[in-house]
Amino acid sequence: MRDIRLLDQMFLPGLLIGPFTQANKGMGGVCTFVGEVRSDTGVEALELSHYEPLTLPGMHGLADRAFARFSLMGLLMVHRVGLMRPGEPIVCVSAAALHRRDAIDAVDFCMDHLKSAAWFWKREKRVGEWHWIEPRDQDHSDLARW
Amino acid sequence: MITVVLLGRLADLGGAPTLSLPAPLDWAGLQAALPPALAEAVKNSRNRIAVNGVLLAEKTDLHAGDGAEIALLPPVSGG
Repeated sequence: MRDIRLLDQMFLPGLLIGPFTQANKGMGGVCTFVGEVRSDTGVEALELSHYEPLTLPGMHGLADRAFARFSLMGLLMVHRVGLMRPGEPIVCVSAAALHRRDAIDAVDFCMDHLKSAAWFWKREKRVGEWHWIEPRDQDHSDLARW
Repeated sequence: MITVVLLGRLADLGGAPTLSLPAPLDWAGLQAALPPALAEAVKNSRNRIAVNGVLLAEKTDLHAGDGAEIALLPPVSGG
């Protein structure tokens, strides 16, 4: 089962992961990562913008590469856009496979690419002012592992 | 006309999320038509360009006609 989505409203990861897990009958394991807006000091809100013609097609391309690279039965990749508050989920990636290593590595692979090679731009509101978030060196070195 | 979509911090530099510029535009024409701060920014190799949803390998490949959409894309930060 393959489910790739961009959402502009708050979502509850459990409501996606439950049906996703159920849809992959006979799997050996499922691995899920959920990213949330951190409650860093002073952060009031976070906004993710995207570019329609590139962002979702790019996520589908990433899913294609994950299926080609790992033995997967299913992949769920959901990313928020728009305005979010601390504690809200931003991203949920879940992979189902016959064996755990494929599921765990596929989620790690997708997350590293979503962080630094997918078409999203993030800014934070701190003390009433918006600040663009630059990619960190760590994000690039994470990506280079693949 | 050509629509220029400004993403991320480039929208702040342009003062708006989109600009309308007269067609046609090539790489030299785009730099000449953009406000100075944006024209400087698009030269930076970290900022990429897409035309009608297709990323350009080289900015000098830019050829946009009437009705085209040019996107100016700064470095990403997602997840």
